[in-house]
Amino acid sequence: MRQSQFEQRYQPQWRRLEQGLAALEKKQRPKNVDLSRFTDDYQDLCHQLALSRERGYSLVLQDYLNDLMLRAHRQLYRHRAPLMPRLAAFLRGDFPRAVRAMWRWHLISALAFLLSAGLVAAMILHDPELVHTVVDGNGVSDLENMYHPDLRDSSDRNRADDLMMFGYYIYNNVGIAFRTFAGGVLFGIGSLVVMLFNGSFLGAAAAHLTLVGAGQPFYTFVIAHGAPELTAIVLAGGAGLRLGWSLVAPGSWRRVDALRRAARETLPVMYGVFLLLVLAAMIEAFWSSRELDAQIKYTVGGISWALLYFYLLFAGRHGSE
Amino acid sequence: MLIDERLHIDTPEGARLTLSLAGPLPRGMAYGIDLMIRGLILMVVATPLTLLGRGGSGLYLLLLFLLEWFYPVLFEVFRQGRTPGKAMMGLAVVHGNGAPVGLSGSLVRNLLRTADLFPFAYLTGFVVMLVSSRQQRLGDLAADTLVIHVPASQTRPAPGDSGGEPPDWPLDRGDQLVLLAFHDRGPRLSEERQRELARLAYPELNDDAALARLRRVVNHVLGAA
Repeated sequence: MRQSQFEQRYQPQWRRLEQGLAALEKKQRPKNVDLSRFTDDYQDLCHQLALSRERGYSLVLQDYLNDLMLRAHRQLYRHRAPLMPRLAAFLRGDFPRAVRAMWRWHLISALAFLLSAGLVAAMILHDPELVHTVVDGNGVSDLENMYHPDLRDSSDRNRADDLMMFGYYIYNNVGIAFRTFAGGVLFGIGSLVVMLFNGSFLGAAAAHLTLVGAGQPFYTFVIAHGAPELTAIVLAGGAGLRLGWSLVAPGSWRRVDALRRAARETLPVMYGVFLLLVLAAMIEAFWSSRELDAQIKYTVGGISWALLYFYLLFAGRHGSE
Repeated sequence: MLIDERLHIDTPEGARLTLSLAGPLPRGMAYGIDLMIRGLILMVVATPLTLLGRGGSGLYLLLLFLLEWFYPVLFEVFRQGRTPGKAMMGLAVVHGNGAPVGLSGSLVRNLLRTADLFPFAYLTGFVVMLVSSRQQRLGDLAADTLVIHVPASQTRPAPGDSGGEPPDWPLDRGDQLVLLAFHDRGPRLSEERQRELARLAYPELNDDAALARLRRVVNHVLGAA
């Protein structure tokens, strides 16, 4: 068949596809466009493109058909599952299951964090001057201003401050968690460095504040939101390490395939990390800053840790896989 | 599009689809446009927010966070793989099989952006893109996504059917393609150049006759009677 006959025969079909595409690409679907034959037209188009190549029709026609097909392909294979049921399933079991499936990596991440924290804290308790090797001068005085009973001035704190701190915690902490995860793709080094650094900082802060007599305000402040916050950072580190390890030791996979698989497995953990950090920011901004009896603070904090770990360890164990 | 590559993928329908991959330059420019848009949004929003005092700066930080991490994700998921910058440059993010990028894919490629940024100015991403066979940065590799040129929508003019005349030599496939190329590109060449080409086909005729004859032969190849 000659090219012009070919074009004339299928022109109506291509026009119909173009109209359907114009409607679909604009998102809101106009009522007057008939999409009932879209998939059939698309399948015919695939055939027509192959024919036009086979028969050596002009390159312009081939390009036109290829472009049309690409656009149709992009519309046909676009799918959007409803968000709410997925979110419910995620919270009910997918997230804790994803965390447990990688428990070794989270354990390594947690150890890096806790060991560096413990080591630095022990060093500072032994020789208080060492705090300056971990935290610079401004950082030390900031810490003291924030927590020391004699220095801090909490009388003028109000709702607006809570909101400001909430924004700051989200911006800062979620950013750190995402970077910790991303750093993992550089053979795990990025994640490990962040975990060691954060652990050291926490250890230094805790030890120094204890030494200067600000231990109680510090612990009562951090205990409740510490559960979701520290856990989320550790999980982000574990996910990053998992990602990095897929490049270091891909096993029988191609490196890029191993990376892809690791990314698919770690993504649910990162969704959870995000939710945990939003929760932590809310607790930190709106609860941790309240002036309450230390007893109450420790109790609520303890419950918060217990609930979170009960959830991560046991939720979704008997659900549908 | 000379420095850009073409990638052939086979769709589930068994047809072969050709994508043209976008290289570092158009992608960098799209990123620059997006960066300016984000900066503009921040500037516009910052002024009223500072009037709100400390609560306002909290909202500002929230916005900063959303723009930094979710600006590309939201656009890629809800605008079919295109941030405003990409749309302006005619680019789109797709999965390795040509399907539009989904939430997970978009999240992975944008979360890993930090690693591509390391140590500065997308150096890691640029190097990985150069060695990767499909111009992917680290985030793209992990998410199995590509950035491609998306053709602007166009309609094809109906073929004209003026008189045709069979060629006076046996036509092989190469000749056929040359004649079709002349049909497609001829209108964009000057009349002079068209005559010059026609003279190559029919050196024995004068220019005008050669061109007229060549056009009739082309029409014949296209299918005119």
